[in-house]
Amino acid sequence: METILTVQNLTKKFGFLTAVKDLSFTIEKGNVYGILGPNGSGKSTTLGIILNVVNRTAGEFSWFDGNTSTHEALKKVGAIIERPNFYPYMTAIQNLKLVCKIKEVPDTKIQEKLELVGLWDRKDSKFRTYSLGMKQRLAIASALLNDPEILILDEPTNGLDPQGIHQIREIIKKIAAQGTTILLASHLLDEVEKVCSHVVILRKGEKLYAGPVDGMLASHGFFELRTKDLEKLESLLEKNASFGKITRENGTLTAFLKEEMNAEELNKLLFEKGLVLSHLVKRKESLEEQFLTLTKNN
Amino acid sequence: MVRLLQIEFIKLWNNRASKILITSYFLLLTSIALVAAIKFDIGPVQFHLADQGIFNFPYIWHFNTFVTAIFKLFLAIVIVSMMANEYSNKTIKQNLIDGLSKKEFIASKFLTVISFSLISTVFVFVVSMILGLVYSDYNEISIIFSDLEFLVAFFVKLVGFFSFCLFLGIFVKRSAFALGFLILWVILEQMVFGLLGWKVTSWESAKMIKSLFPLESMANLIKEPFSRLSAVQNIGQQIGENMSFDYQVYWYEFLIVILWTAIFVYLSYALLKKRDL
Repeated sequence: METILTVQNLTKKFGFLTAVKDLSFTIEKGNVYGILGPNGSGKSTTLGIILNVVNRTAGEFSWFDGNTSTHEALKKVGAIIERPNFYPYMTAIQNLKLVCKIKEVPDTKIQEKLELVGLWDRKDSKFRTYSLGMKQRLAIASALLNDPEILILDEPTNGLDPQGIHQIREIIKKIAAQGTTILLASHLLDEVEKVCSHVVILRKGEKLYAGPVDGMLASHGFFELRTKDLEKLESLLEKNASFGKITRENGTLTAFLKEEMNAEELNKLLFEKGLVLSHLVKRKESLEEQFLTLTKNN
Repeated sequence: MVRLLQIEFIKLWNNRASKILITSYFLLLTSIALVAAIKFDIGPVQFHLADQGIFNFPYIWHFNTFVTAIFKLFLAIVIVSMMANEYSNKTIKQNLIDGLSKKEFIASKFLTVISFSLISTVFVFVVSMILGLVYSDYNEISIIFSDLEFLVAFFVKLVGFFSFCLFLGIFVKRSAFALGFLILWVILEQMVFGLLGWKVTSWESAKMIKSLFPLESMANLIKEPFSRLSAVQNIGQQIGENMSFDYQVYWYEFLIVILWTAIFVYLSYALLKKRDL
């Protein structure tokens, strides 16, 4: 697979504070990555370093094949960091034309991108007259002007109202569906869960986990079961080697798997033993549950 | 290079305040022609400034470059704020993220400084040429094109001064404070000079040291032209004052200013490189 970004042993110190500590990960083309971590865990600093605005203390990072200079590579990247930063006295169009000049791309895409984020009607309004949501959407349009290989978003929904959040998420999903690699930093877990296939989890500048969302915990998920004879069900499952912990709550039995087993298999097994289920759901722990487990245990 | 200039042009020309300041600067440069219209007609005393020889070649090169250099303060405001605004709007961060290198960023600003200085020089050249052709008593080609080093000095002086403004903008990050710092610096140079002459060395060597200071060295490039006027000379002779000053532009004066320019541009770059945004 094509590598877009390699980060090796990256460290950043602000005086006594170590914001990023010996961080390594790679980003492959076509995946949607999330960088997760509580506030102050080094997400923005990491992005700042790879985007050439924060100086690293130690370590390496390289874009694409490693032969392009960072600022040349950034022309193939679209990025939004924290707040949308544009010239307040210029209109959307003027601002985007400037970005085109910097990225050395023709300004033919401006209309397409402004339409994508729903700002074409307001193209001639000055940036300072925009609401926060509109500013954020303009930032996305600007980041997409060069049809980037990777889109980097740092807390894109921070400070937005529910409609704004929804709009931004829809746009992100649209972009992800087009096959663009995305790197999304956020402390909002459901946001990451909804769009990301891979995650990097940070805490106090240290990497706790990097890999697919599913592989975060070595877990095979769990079943939620309901039937008339719960006692019999419980004793049956306890005898089965595939199951570990079993809990009973409000007439529902939750049985955690120790090895892979699909719902049909279990259903068939129980039916053969004379148990008819009224409720059968197989679930995985939500990202939030996994995240909390990970950050708590360490 | 054209790209970097275009980038800066978009930023400046869409800003109403900069646009007004730039336009008024160039209008003021042209307005020096209005000096020609100064006429007093009080009974027996008739005074027409244009007849006093201020528009004579080659003196006009000296006079106009000296007077118009005062207007550079307008552009100084533009340059300080074009740098400081990048910080206050945080657009410098976005520029870098969008793929402008730090070197390119400084280069685009410095190229703008060069362009401003170059356009100003051409402006002063054209205006002086027209005024001279209209009012000068001497119109021989060899006289017209003598003493042109004042134009070169004008250009170098502007580049040096604007580079200083550029550095202050990046250093202080707030336009108002940067301009305040500029004024403070003017006073500081004089104070250091005063202290040196008073306590440390002789006034002679203090003067020497002073001419190495950035702003003083820029001021030294074009010395005041008024005592060269024949009218002033006449008065001087009448009251018995020896008025023979040295008005030449010397190569080492160029060198000092060019050196400061290089230092300011390099310091701006170093500062930008070192800082986390």
